[in-house]
Amino acid sequence: MLIYIAKRLLVALPTLLIVSMLVFGLQMLLPGDPVLAMAGEDRDPETLARIREQLNLNDPLPVQYLRWLGGVLQGDFGTSLRTGQPVSELILQKLPVTIQLAVMAMIFAALIGIPAGIIAAVRKGGVLDWTANIVALSGLSIPNFWLGIMLILLVSVNLGWLPASGYESIFVDPVRSLETMIMPAFVLGTGLAATLMRHTRSAMLGVLSADYIRTARAKGLTGRQVVLKHSFRNALLPVITLSALLFGELLAGAVLTEQIFTIPGFGKLIVDAVFNRDYAVVQGVVLCTAVGFLLMNLIADVVSVLLNPRMRAAL
Amino acid sequence: MTQPILSLRNLTAAFPTEDGLKEVVRNISFDVAPGETVAIVGESGSGKSVTSLAIMGLLDKRARVSGQVLLDGRDLLGLPEKQMRQVRGNDIAMIFQEPMSSLNPVFPVGDQIAELLIRHGQVPRDQVAAEVLRLMDRVRIPNAHARIKDYPHQFSGGMRQRVMIAMALAARPRLLIADEPTTALDVTIQGQILDLIKEIQEEQGMAVLFITHDMGVVAEIADRTVVMFRGDHIETGATADLFTGATQPYTRALLAAVPRLGQMAGQDWPLRFPRVDMDSGTITAQPAVVDTVDRSATPVLSVRNLVTRFAAGSDLLGRPTGKVHAVEDLTFDLWQGETLSLVGESGCGKSTTGRSILRLVQPESGQVTLDGFDVLGAGPGDLRRMRRSGQMIFQDPFSSLNPRMTVGQTVAEPILTHKLVPRAQVRERAAELLAQVGLDGSMLDRYPHEFSGGQRQRVAIARVLGLNPKVIVADESVSALDVSIKAQVCNLLMDLQERLKIAYLFISHDMAVVERVSHRVAVMYLGEIVEIGPREAIFADPQHPYTKKLIAAVPIPDPARRGLRRAMQVDELKSPVRPIGFQPPKRDWRQVSDRHFVMV
Repeated sequence: MLIYIAKRLLVALPTLLIVSMLVFGLQMLLPGDPVLAMAGEDRDPETLARIREQLNLNDPLPVQYLRWLGGVLQGDFGTSLRTGQPVSELILQKLPVTIQLAVMAMIFAALIGIPAGIIAAVRKGGVLDWTANIVALSGLSIPNFWLGIMLILLVSVNLGWLPASGYESIFVDPVRSLETMIMPAFVLGTGLAATLMRHTRSAMLGVLSADYIRTARAKGLTGRQVVLKHSFRNALLPVITLSALLFGELLAGAVLTEQIFTIPGFGKLIVDAVFNRDYAVVQGVVLCTAVGFLLMNLIADVVSVLLNPRMRAAL
Repeated sequence: MTQPILSLRNLTAAFPTEDGLKEVVRNISFDVAPGETVAIVGESGSGKSVTSLAIMGLLDKRARVSGQVLLDGRDLLGLPEKQMRQVRGNDIAMIFQEPMSSLNPVFPVGDQIAELLIRHGQVPRDQVAAEVLRLMDRVRIPNAHARIKDYPHQFSGGMRQRVMIAMALAARPRLLIADEPTTALDVTIQGQILDLIKEIQEEQGMAVLFITHDMGVVAEIADRTVVMFRGDHIETGATADLFTGATQPYTRALLAAVPRLGQMAGQDWPLRFPRVDMDSGTITAQPAVVDTVDRSATPVLSVRNLVTRFAAGSDLLGRPTGKVHAVEDLTFDLWQGETLSLVGESGCGKSTTGRSILRLVQPESGQVTLDGFDVLGAGPGDLRRMRRSGQMIFQDPFSSLNPRMTVGQTVAEPILTHKLVPRAQVRERAAELLAQVGLDGSMLDRYPHEFSGGQRQRVAIARVLGLNPKVIVADESVSALDVSIKAQVCNLLMDLQERLKIAYLFISHDMAVVERVSHRVAVMYLGEIVEIGPREAIFADPQHPYTKKLIAAVPIPDPARRGLRRAMQVDELKSPVRPIGFQPPKRDWRQVSDRHFVMV
């Protein structure tokens, strides 16, 4: 098992290297100049040239890249061009916020999507199946921003039950933290819940017609044993892999959701950084996201292996 | 007669279709007495499996079932699901055809057996583990205490079927329904499983309802037999009576269509199957096959020291930890117009041999000469031309045709690819080819799903015929077909051989069919040919112990000879996986008679 994980981490390194190169190269192609943004009103060529020189922006691109990479390997992600704060500090500040949002959204999606998928599969063609499908389709079709704004209007503005925006760390004030996060998590989770439901349903349908389910029924097991023990454990395997892939979608959704609820998270950080041509921040954030994505997939694969004895044997 | 344990009264099962309810089983009535073995026999679509699932109440919810299923006089059809669950696994247990997929892959086998004991409260909780072990020992799973925590994929097909039987026996049911339990198994394993079922039946006095299409198996184990045809109950009788004096034409036809081992004594060449009309039961003998082989010519296929190995396992750096010695030092010739059968059990390398010869897998070493082409040394151009000379027909007629192509397109594709006929004439040529395999040219525009299994196999044959192949590798090409259809397709292959002098490498595990169609037979074991010789020599005078075992294991469709089959030991095909760098031992051969060789 440990060997398997080590092997996977080894394979992840080149992936990260390619991602960092792509990000580095691509943002150089973006229109706009960070120096202009930094200089503000004072745009005399001499000042601009001096800033450029200070930031080593006159070096060839590969040299800039290698310098940055060298820093990263030592844990130095550079400093924000805009605020002068170290990028690593910025990331450490914002990361927990987004992680909390993502985890809550994922939990929410799993709690709704997976049971709904199981019920829909067991009651295939019945009223519950139809209902679940219609709800799922709505969940997928309603845009996040619309749902978010509507919820703010209804729950915060009209009913006054929950705050419309803001953030509190879960370690400082857990209740307040959950209060501020519950709506964003719901908004972010709906689309995911719908996707999870559809996939759980189709995986369950496949498993329910398997020969070993017929065997389980022939043994006289109860419906609950057949569905939850014998079917679900097998249907879970593809769903886990999918959940890891959905993590990317989750981060993309988080950008938007954080904007709507003005949550000071990763999403907001990267949007601001891109608008300000704050190269170091963009690179740091993207690299972090890529690491997170790879880790999620690794975790999903490890869980799959643990759940699937056939794969355990292949290790 | 004693009070029957199970009585079916006018059992009818229907499924809703677009054209309304379709009855798949009509008015079935029969009894099973305690301790008795009753076989339901019939071809695919006869409704035998539906009948067994209806007894268990396991049919799809949409099915409409009427009539009565009486277990000790209690009608199961009216029983609420909750009470029915008490019956399943407890009073009636069931084992299925597919040992590979009938066990849940994510739970250890011991847990799956234990689950049933716990569910039906047969033994106190603290004794469950001991009972599971006893059951696994009972079905003779070697080293049971070490394997109790193993997962299904770690067992072979035969061993999995033993696990299924252990599970079925756990609650000491009074009736065991066995739905084609040995069909997917090798013939020597089949014998072991049949022996086991019989032994346990005698020990526990349980009744067995045995569903099968194999008349040999019926003769071997059934006291009474129920014959079904397209959902109808044709006749029921004591097995011995049915085999000697069936009253219904269909039963006679079914029995006549069964290839029997030993019918070919004294025949010099392959023999066509008699034509059996399944509706009227009339049997028409077919013309004898003429001699098609000229051994003075150069062989059309010549294989020398062929070796094919696959990597197995992987270490930290992804290097293989061992090798599957699938084909090991194979040497043989095949002449024009000749059929050489490769026989042996699953995993013995016979399919890999067929694929290696056509270079569908890459052999490690050796030499293959096919119609003058050096197959293993051929470049892309030569390989393409070689493909015309050597073609392959596969086992599963349902998955080997592209469902989105019409039959005409399927047959035309190889002709077009190899530019054998101008585009304008392709359709005409495709119709001609269909005619050659006995299909109507008007079927060109139909899709595979509109054809039966036998017809699809004919289409697959027409597809390869378009290239005028010299050698056809037929990999279990008739194994999935019903007996009557099997006979027709074999006859077609023999017709084509007579007319076109095609040579067949006929890969099969069905010894009775092999005896009928072959000129020569090669027996494979663990990647090696252990015996090769003229068909009559192999069947009448087998020399190698494995050949003897293989022939002895074939169930004979004759109830009078029941029990003559020797009791077989529990064993399994050994593994062909060897460590890297393994040097196979040097083999010696002994010539028994003309062209008959055996490995010493």
